[in-house]
Amino acid sequence: MIKIENITKKFGRLDVLKGIDLEISPGKITAILGPNGSGKSTLIKSVLGMVIPDSGNISIDGVSVLGDWKYRNKISYLPQIASFPENLTVKNLIRMLKDIRQQPANESFLISLFKIEEFLDKRIKHLSGGTRQKVNLLLACMFNNPIIILDEPTTGLDPVSVVNLKNLIRQQKEEGTTIIFTTHIMSLVDDLADEIVFLLEGNIHYQGTKEQLKEKNKSKDLELAIANMLVEKKEIKLDSKPFRYVESLAI
Amino acid sequence: MWKVWQYSAYDLLRSRWTYIYFAFFLIVSFSLLRMSSSLMMAVVSLVNIVNILIPLIGTIFGAIYFYNSREFMELLISQPLKRRSLFLGHYLGLASSLAGSFLLGMGIPFVFFRIWQSDQFGNFLSLMFTGILLTFIFVGIAYLIALLNDNKVKGFGIAIVVWLFMVVLYDGLFILLLVAFEDYPLEKFSLAASFLNPVDLSRIFVMLKLDIAALMGYTGAVFSKFLGSSNGIFLSVALMLIWIFVPLLAYLRIARKKDF
Repeated sequence: MIKIENITKKFGRLDVLKGIDLEISPGKITAILGPNGSGKSTLIKSVLGMVIPDSGNISIDGVSVLGDWKYRNKISYLPQIASFPENLTVKNLIRMLKDIRQQPANESFLISLFKIEEFLDKRIKHLSGGTRQKVNLLLACMFNNPIIILDEPTTGLDPVSVVNLKNLIRQQKEEGTTIIFTTHIMSLVDDLADEIVFLLEGNIHYQGTKEQLKEKNKSKDLELAIANMLVEKKEIKLDSKPFRYVESLAI
Repeated sequence: MWKVWQYSAYDLLRSRWTYIYFAFFLIVSFSLLRMSSSLMMAVVSLVNIVNILIPLIGTIFGAIYFYNSREFMELLISQPLKRRSLFLGHYLGLASSLAGSFLLGMGIPFVFFRIWQSDQFGNFLSLMFTGILLTFIFVGIAYLIALLNDNKVKGFGIAIVVWLFMVVLYDGLFILLLVAFEDYPLEKFSLAASFLNPVDLSRIFVMLKLDIAALMGYTGAVFSKFLGSSNGIFLSVALMLIWIFVPLLAYLRIARKKDF
């Protein structure tokens, strides 16, 4: 279990995380949502040790991870931007990560799932944005780790790959993996997430299941439920034109 | 650390810029050897090229490569790796690739001219040695600047100003100060001032080794007078090593606490 206790983080004068307390249940899919700049990526990066919190504690299975690095062999991570050394081939990259992690990998299954056989010997600089994201996914998911963290996993993917990704995430969940992801695509949350953590201005605004969220905000549609929640917070009346406000709130 | 070094170096080995850098030194070194009347003249001419160009390429290419690798470094930070190993490995990857291109580019023509049979062999080795030290110094400075400045334009700007200051402006300011304070004893001041510029140190080192009084310049002459040739050589190398380690340690220390 990942336990986050009273984490705060400032970037200059900007309070990005204002005392987050969160427990992420093992074996479940948790979606971290929130408008741009709400602290989603900072929270994820704090768990990974990429951002160093100003105060608070993060522990995995009861052991504090701040200042440590070995615990990261339990975590697979998909960064938001897929950027690799341009002159390496996809094969080089796979070998490099296997070299670094020294863990068994099931890359061949993912290579065929995302259809990247033909790109294996190509240099990264010759790949399209979507193919790079597939390589990014392959590198993140090829190790059998108990925790997977995905930052905007569907960016740049074609619909077939999105379906494959969803199936992959479901399959990983069945194997008992804890999955955390951030996204702005509500249908993905509706399809996959067991739990939702909604961040707003550096605080947790909502935490619970998606069913509870829908019930609480009296909506069958997750997108509308979140919009209602935000509207309530900002004291704006939705009236009959909810989508205009949904758009302007930039969830 | 060695794995990060290995893959960074491998990436650079396949980059065309590494070959352009190699080819440049190959052509310049070969042309100077063909045109100069003696091997010594060629070595002396190459000292200036090494002192200007290596800091320039080290700083610019260092900053470019660091900024280009930023997202990739983020991915590596999320792996079970110590930050120090990762950042040191990345630095060594670039510095060793540039040093390798320089060594081969500059060295091959000299081998062709049978340098090992010449009395200039020791001087040639000093030139190579100082070129390698300058590469490691300026890649370290560039990495430190790039790490401290997330804004690329600002980072490049500072990197270029640092190069310009050390290679061009420093000598000018130095002479201005010497002229302005000519009534005072300036030996100790100029000795200390030359410690603060690795390019000056590199020039003094090679000139002391070559033992050409006319080309030593004021600081070289002071070095020679105060310390004698061999102590001067030893001190200039020691100071250049400090110039490698201080920016590198600052870079590693900042990287340890940096948010990505």
